[in-house]
Amino acid sequence: MHYFIGNLGHIFMILAFVSSLIASIGFFLESRSPKDKWNRFNTIQFYIHSVSILGVLVALFVIINKHYFEYHYAWNYSSKYLPIYYQISSFWNGQEGSFLLWMFWNVILGLVLLHTNKSWKAPVMTVMSVTQLFLTSMVLGIVLFDVKIGSSPFLLLRDVISDAIFKVNPDFVPEDGRGLNPLLQNYWMVIHPPTLFLGFASTVVPFAFCISGVVTGKYKEWIRPALPWAQFSAAILGVGILMGAYWAYETLNFGGYWNWDPVENAIYVPWLTLVAGMHTMIAYKKSENALKASVILIVVTFILILYSTFLTRSGVLGETSVHSFTDLGLSGQLLIYLFVFTLVAFFFIAKSWKKMPSTEEEASMYSREFWIFMGATVLGLMAFHVIAITSFPVYNDVAGLFGFDLNLAPPTDPVESYSKVQIWLAIALAGLSGTGQFFWWKKMDGKQLWKEMQGPVIISMILAIVVFLVTGVDKISYLMLLSFSIYSIVSNAKILWSLRKSSLKLTGGSITHIGVAMMLIGILFSSGYSKIISQNYTGRIWNKELPEDINLNNLLIFLNEPRQMGPYTLTYKGILKKTADGEFLNALDVIPTQHPLKYQVIGTMDTVLIENPENSYFEVLYQKNNGDEFTLYPRIQKNEQFGMMSSPGITRTLKADLYTHITLAPDNLEEREWSETKEVSVPMGETFFVNDYVARFVKMERLTDAAEFDLGPEDVAVKAIIEVEGETKTYIAEPIYLIRNRMAGKIPFLINDLASQLTIQSINPEKNSFTFGIQTTQKDWIILEAVEKPLINLLWTGTLLLVIGFAVAVYRRYDEFAKMRDKKME
Amino acid sequence: MKKTHIFGLVVIAIAVAVIATTAGDASSFVSFNEAQKIASSSDSNKIHVVGTLKKNASGEVVGVQKSPDNLSFKFVMIDENNFEQEVFHPKPIPTDFVRSEQVVVVGGYQDGSFIAEKILLKCPSKYQEDQLNV
Repeated sequence: MHYFIGNLGHIFMILAFVSSLIASIGFFLESRSPKDKWNRFNTIQFYIHSVSILGVLVALFVIINKHYFEYHYAWNYSSKYLPIYYQISSFWNGQEGSFLLWMFWNVILGLVLLHTNKSWKAPVMTVMSVTQLFLTSMVLGIVLFDVKIGSSPFLLLRDVISDAIFKVNPDFVPEDGRGLNPLLQNYWMVIHPPTLFLGFASTVVPFAFCISGVVTGKYKEWIRPALPWAQFSAAILGVGILMGAYWAYETLNFGGYWNWDPVENAIYVPWLTLVAGMHTMIAYKKSENALKASVILIVVTFILILYSTFLTRSGVLGETSVHSFTDLGLSGQLLIYLFVFTLVAFFFIAKSWKKMPSTEEEASMYSREFWIFMGATVLGLMAFHVIAITSFPVYNDVAGLFGFDLNLAPPTDPVESYSKVQIWLAIALAGLSGTGQFFWWKKMDGKQLWKEMQGPVIISMILAIVVFLVTGVDKISYLMLLSFSIYSIVSNAKILWSLRKSSLKLTGGSITHIGVAMMLIGILFSSGYSKIISQNYTGRIWNKELPEDINLNNLLIFLNEPRQMGPYTLTYKGILKKTADGEFLNALDVIPTQHPLKYQVIGTMDTVLIENPENSYFEVLYQKNNGDEFTLYPRIQKNEQFGMMSSPGITRTLKADLYTHITLAPDNLEEREWSETKEVSVPMGETFFVNDYVARFVKMERLTDAAEFDLGPEDVAVKAIIEVEGETKTYIAEPIYLIRNRMAGKIPFLINDLASQLTIQSINPEKNSFTFGIQTTQKDWIILEAVEKPLINLLWTGTLLLVIGFAVAVYRRYDEFAKMRDKKME
Repeated sequence: MKKTHIFGLVVIAIAVAVIATTAGDASSFVSFNEAQKIASSSDSNKIHVVGTLKKNASGEVVGVQKSPDNLSFKFVMIDENNFEQEVFHPKPIPTDFVRSEQVVVVGGYQDGSFIAEKILLKCPSKYQEDQLNV
C-alpha cells in the first residue's frame, strides 16, 4: 500500500485551499490600501498556492502512472497497459481530475496576470483567488460538521467501494484497474479537454477585470485590459467547442458534428454571450451606452460557465443527455457557488449602476455602435433560445420543489427543433457582420454607406445566384443563409483588401468574420444537403428486424463480392486489427497470447502489440469506373459500457467528404453455425458444386513431410487439391486426410470468402474417387451506410480563419493595453 | 416613446416568438397510457417514457428477448403508474442495460406496439457500486 503519495497529495490540496483563502483576503486588503508589504506577502501566497496545485497534479499523476490501484481514481479510470498519453487522459476522465485541470489553468492565468498588471493587480487577483478558493473546495474531500466538502481524488478504493474482500483483507490491491473507456482512447481525449478547460478558465479573467472596475469605481478603465483577454477566451472556447464537434464527427459517429445535446449547449451559450460582450466592449470606445451592456454580458458569461458546470456535473441532466457526468453528491456545493457569484456580482453592479457613465443620446443607424448592438442582440437571442430549452430539467426540478409535476422533456428531434430558429438568427448575424464592418473605418451617411455596399452586394448576389443554380438550394431559409454568408465574405474581403498595406494589425475583425461566414456555408451544405449514397436499389430488405430506414438507406455487402454503389464499386475485404505501429493485419491471422495486448501472428513466432484489440476495422475498397480507387477503414468497437460503437471511415475531397460507417456486422465470426455435412463422391478431374460454386477435383498428392504431421513408418497422409470458381477469383482448397496409428484423421480446409469448408471424408481406391464433405455457413457480411457531406471542409477552414483572426485581434488589443500601462495610464 | 424602447419591445417579441416556436417541439415525460392517447390523437407521436425494467421476486430482470441474430431486442418496462408495456428496440442490447436502475425510452406507438428509437439508461453511480468483479 502506498499511503504516502496520497497523503502528500491531500496535504497539498489542503495547502492549496488555505493559501487561496489567505491570498483572497490578502489581495482584497491590498486593493483597499496598496502597500509594498502586502504586495510581497500576497505574491508569495499565490506562489505557494501555485506550487501546491502543481503538487496535487503530480501526486495524482504518479498514482495513475505507477498503477497504484489501491486508489479509487487509478482503479476506476486507468489500467496497467494504458500508454502514457492515455494515462494523461485518465487524469481528467473523472470529475475531480477535470476540476484540477481547470484549477491548473486558473493558476497559470493568475501568474500571467500577476506579472502583467500593476494597478489592476490587487483587485483582479482577489477575484482570481476567490475563484480558486471555490474550485479547490470542490476537490478538498474533508468532512466538517457532517457536511462533505468536495470530493478528493485521493480516496482509497476500500473507502469508496464496500466489497466483502476488504473485510477479509483490508490491504487488498486489485491486479488491474477498470481502464479508460476505449471510446475515449483517442488523441482528441488528450487535447480536447485541456483546450476546453483553458477556455472555461479564461472566462474568469474579463469577469475579474469587470468586477474590479465596478467595485473600485473604474467603470470605464477595465475595458482596455479586459478586451484582449475576452478575445483570447472567446478564441480558445470556440476552438474547444469545434474540437469537440470534430471529434464527434470523426470518431464518435454521433451522426454529425453537432447534436444540440445539453452538454454541447451548455458550453455554446456562454461562448455566444462572451462574443457578444467582446463586441460591445469594442463599441464602448465610441459610445458609453455599450458600457453597461458589456458589464452585463461579461458577468453573465462567467455565471453561465458556472451554470453549465452545474448542469453537466450535478446529475440534473441525467434523463436528457447521453454524456453528462455522474453525480458526485456535490450539486449543493455547486449551487451555492452559482448563487454566491450571481448575487455578489449583481449586488455590486446594482450598487454602481447609476454611477456608470451613459449617454441619453441614441445611436444613429449610421454609427457602428448601432450595428454592433444589433449583432450583440442577435447573439444574445441565440443564447437565450438555447439555454431556455436546455434548462427544461431544471424547470422540472424547481417546479418539483413547489410541488408541481412539470414533466417537460426536451424536443425528441433536437437538431430540427433548435436549427429552425438558430438559422434565422444566423442569417441576421451574417448580414450584420457583413455591413457592420463598413462603419469601422469612417463616418458614414446613407449615401456613402450605399457606395461602400454596392460592390459587395452586387458581387455576392451574382455569386449566390451561381451557387444556387449549381447546387439547387431549395429552401428559402437556406438560400438566405447562403446569400448573406457570401455577402459577409465579399464585404469583409473588400475591407481586408483595403487594409492589406496600411494596417495588418487591424484585420482581425474581417478575417474572423470571413471565417464565421465560411463556417455557416459549410454547416449549411454539410448538414442541409448531406446525401445518402448507399441507397438500397435491390428491392430486397436486408433484415425484417431492422427499421425501415436502415433497410432503405444501407447496403449489405458480402466478403469479396463487389457491389455497385452510386459511382463506386465497393468490395469488402475483411476485418483488420491495427497494431501499435499503425499497421493493419487481418484479424484471422493473429491469435491472443498470455499478454492481453500482444498477439501472435499465425504461422510465425512474431508477436505484435495491439493497443485496442476491441477495435475491428472493416477494409472496404472503393473503385471508380475511371480507375481511381481508395480504401476506407470504418471501425466497430466492442465497448463494454456502450455496446457496439461505430466510427466512420472518411475520404476527403475539396467538394465533399465521403463518410462511411458500418451499421451492422456479424457479432462474432467464431461462433457462426455450420450446416450439416453434405457428402459427394467425386472421381479425380471431375467437377462438382460447393455452396453453388463450380469446383473441380484436380488431383491428390501424397504428403511426405513426416515431421509436420508426426507420421510413423506405417502412416499415410494425402492432400486433395480442389479448384473452386468464386465470383471474382479461383480458390484452391487443400483438405488433408491422414492415417496415423491406424486411426483416420481429417483436416478440413476453410474458404472464408465462399463460406465453405471442405473435408476428405473417405478415399475409395476401387472407384478412384474421393468422398468430400461440404459444409456451408452464412457468408461474412457488413451493412454499411455511406453519406456524402458536401463542403464540410469549409467549416474546418473557417474555424482556422476564425482562430487566426482572433489571434490578430488579441495581439492588437494587448499591445494597446501594454503601451498604456507602460505610460502609467492603465 | 423612444427608439430604444421600441427596440426593446421588438427584442422581447422575438424572444417570445423564438420560445413559442420551439416550445411546441417540447416533448414530455408521460406514462404509456398517455402515450397511447397521444399516438391516436396526433401525428407526432414521439414522447419520453420513464420507467424501470420488470424484475422477478429475486431482483433479476425478466422479459428481455433478443432476436435470433442479436440485432434487436424486446423488453418489458414498467412505467410510473405500474403499467407494463413490451418495448421493441431495433438495435443490439446496450451492455449495462440490465444493471440500469432507470430507463428512459424515446419513441412512440406504431400499430399498437411501442418502438423505442432511443434508450437512455441511468446506471447506478460509481459510489453505489460495491462489486469489484475480481
